[in-house]
Amino acid sequence: MTRRMSIAAAINAGLRAALESDDHVMLMGEDIGRLGGVFRVTEGLQKDFGERRVLDTPLAESAIVGTAVGLAMRGYRPVVEIQFDGFVYPAYDQLVNQVARLHHRSSGQVRMPLVIRIPYGGGIGAVEHHSESPEAQFVMTPGLKVVAPATAHDAFWMIQQAIASDDPVVVMEPKRRYWESGEVGDTPEPLHASQVRREGQAATLVTYGPMVRTCLDAAEAAATEGVELEVVDLRSLSPLDLGPVVDSVRSTGRCVVVHEAQRTLGLGAEIAARVSEECFVHLEAPVRRVTGYDLPYPPSRAEDEFLPGVDRILDAVDSTTDDSVYAGGES
Amino acid sequence: MHHESATANNVQLVQLLTPDGQRVEHPDAAWTGSTDDLLALHRDLVLTRRVDTEAFALQRHGELGLWPPCKGQEAAQVGTARALRPQDMAFASYRGHGVAWVRGVPPENLLGMYRGTTLGGWDPAEFNLALPAIIIGAQTLHATGYAMGLTLDGAVGTGDADRDAAVMVYLGDGATSQGDVLEAMSWAASFSLPVVFVVENNHYAISVPVTRQTAVPLVRRADGFGFPGIRVDGNDVLACHAVATAALERAREGHGPTLIEAVTYRMGAHTTSDDPTRYRDGTESDDWAARDPIDRVRAHLQQLGDHSAAFAALEDEAEQLGVDLRAACAAMPEPDLADQFDRVFVDPDPDLQRQRGDYVAWRSLETGGVA
Repeated sequence: MTRRMSIAAAINAGLRAALESDDHVMLMGEDIGRLGGVFRVTEGLQKDFGERRVLDTPLAESAIVGTAVGLAMRGYRPVVEIQFDGFVYPAYDQLVNQVARLHHRSSGQVRMPLVIRIPYGGGIGAVEHHSESPEAQFVMTPGLKVVAPATAHDAFWMIQQAIASDDPVVVMEPKRRYWESGEVGDTPEPLHASQVRREGQAATLVTYGPMVRTCLDAAEAAATEGVELEVVDLRSLSPLDLGPVVDSVRSTGRCVVVHEAQRTLGLGAEIAARVSEECFVHLEAPVRRVTGYDLPYPPSRAEDEFLPGVDRILDAVDSTTDDSVYAGGES
Repeated sequence: MHHESATANNVQLVQLLTPDGQRVEHPDAAWTGSTDDLLALHRDLVLTRRVDTEAFALQRHGELGLWPPCKGQEAAQVGTARALRPQDMAFASYRGHGVAWVRGVPPENLLGMYRGTTLGGWDPAEFNLALPAIIIGAQTLHATGYAMGLTLDGAVGTGDADRDAAVMVYLGDGATSQGDVLEAMSWAASFSLPVVFVVENNHYAISVPVTRQTAVPLVRRADGFGFPGIRVDGNDVLACHAVATAALERAREGHGPTLIEAVTYRMGAHTTSDDPTRYRDGTESDDWAARDPIDRVRAHLQQLGDHSAAFAALEDEAEQLGVDLRAACAAMPEPDLADQFDRVFVDPDPDLQRQRGDYVAWRSLETGGVA
C-alpha cells in the first residue's frame, strides 16, 4: 500500500517509526521539540514521545554531536539534527575527529550508531550559511557514511535504515524539496545502492539529493526533442555504488555529473575519475560537471544563476554529444 | 580595584596532608580511611610513577615514539579515581596514567598508542574508562553525553548504591579554554547531569602558563555555570580523594555536576619531545619538588608506624612492574595495515574492501608472493 506525502512528512513518519521500534532511539537538536523543528520535520514527535526522547538541546552544535557520542557509548542511538547545513561546522571537529574514528580507534570495540540529519542545499532564498552543500567534506572523511534521499519514498525508508545502521550516517536532506510530495511504498531499497530514475540512451546524468528533480526535469525537456537521457540517483554518497553508473555510461558513452556543491573536489570530481577508470574505452566525450561555481554561496537573489538548472545541464549534455567539439574537426 | 589571577590564593585550597606529611583538618572535606587505605593509596602513587618512569625510559631507548609524563600529578589522578565505583564511568586525558592504573587497565596497554601499534589500547566497556581523546577537551562532551545516558537509564538518584552511577572526566588547565569544555559544563549544568569535571591544573599547556588561559582561578568557572566548584591541593592524595568522593556522591544522588580544580604541577616535560627549560624559571620546579605528592604520604606513614617492610616489598613490586613493562613493550605485536581496513565500519564498505584487496595484492608483489 502506498501513501502520498511530502518529503518532510516522510522523514517525520520515518523518525516516528524508529522511535516506536527501538527505545534507545532519541532525537536531539535545536528547536526540534516543542516547535517541531524550523522545517517542522519533527512536528508532534516530542508530544508523543516525551521530552526525554525528543530533546530540545542548548544552542551548541559541537555539544549536540559530542554528547551524542557519549550517549552512543552508553547504548543509545541518537539522531541529531543540525538545523542548517552551515551550522555543522562548529560540530565538524566532533564529527570528523570523534564520531568517524571511535570505532576504528577502539579496534572495533566501540560503536557509533549516530545519525546526523542535515537539511542542505540552496534554492530557498535564505541568508548566508543556510544554503550550503558540504557533503563532500563528509564523504572524504573515512568512517562516516553519507546518504542523500531525493524522494519521499527514500526519505521515509533511508532515515530508518540510517538509524538502524551501527555505523554513523550523515543524512543530507534536500531542504528545497521538503514540501514536494511523492508516493511512499512498502519496500525499501538497500541504503547504499544507487538507482536509475529514468532510462535513456543518449547520455547519463549522475546526481543526488535536490538535483535529482532538476535532472529529471532536464531529461523531460530533452525528450521533447527526441533525446533520451538516463538519470542515475546516487542515493548513497559514501559508500558510492557506481555499478549502475558504470553500466549506464558504458551504454551511453557520455556522462554529466550534476550537484549543487562547488566544483573543485566535489563529488563530481570523484565520479569523473572513477568513470574514466571504469569506462575509458566506452567514453565518447570527457565527463562533464554541472555544479555550483567555486564561490562562497552567493546572495540569494543570485542563487538561480549559481545553482545548476535545466538549461546548464542540457548545455553540458549537448557538449558531450556534439562531435565537432571533441573530434578535432572544424567547429 | 580588586584584581584576581589564575594563581590567586583568595580561593581556599582544600588540603588534608601538608607537604611535610602532617594531617590537617578542613571544614569542607574529610578523609577517614585506615592506615591500610593509606598504604594502598601510597602503592597506587608509587606504581603509577614507576609506570610513568619506565615508559619515559622506553621512549628514550627508542621503544616509544612519544610519552606524556604524569610525574607530579599522581595524587590528583589516583586520589580522584579511587573515589570511583565500578559502575561509574571515567574519561581521562592522554596524561591520565594514574587513572588508567586505578581503573585496572594493564599498564602495557597504555604504551601501544605511543609505540604506534594501536590507536587505542583497551575496551572502554571492560574498565569503564574511555580511550583518551587527543583533541584537547573533546572528551568532556562525551562524558556529558554519557552522563545524560545514565540519567535516561534511571541509574541516578535511586538510592541504590550498587546502581547509582556518575561520570568523572579529566581535563587540563589548557583545555578549559576550549569551547567544547565550556559547552560541556553549560550543558551538564542545564540538565543537572551526574558528571564531575576534574581540572588537573598543572600550570602549563605545553609552554603556555595557566595565566594565559584564565584571568581568575579556574575553580570560579563553576560559579558562572551554576554548580559547585572546589579547589583542592592536587598533590594531596587524601584531599583529592575526599573532595572527589563527595562530588561523585552528589552526582550519583542526582544533584548535578561539580568542578574540581586540582592544583598540581607537571614536574616533567609536556612530552618527551618537549624542553621545559625554555619556558620555566629556575627555582619553580624545585619549589614544586618540595611538594611532591608521594613524599608527603610516605612521611605521614612513617609518623604512623614502622612500614619499612611494606616499603621494601613495594620497591620490589615496582621493580618487577618495570621488568614486566619493558618485556611487554618489546613483545607488542606490530600492526597489520590490512587489519585497519576492517575496523572503519561495522558494516563493511565494499569500496574500502576493494582497496584492502589492492593493498594486499600490492604487498604480495612487494614481498615476492608472501602476503
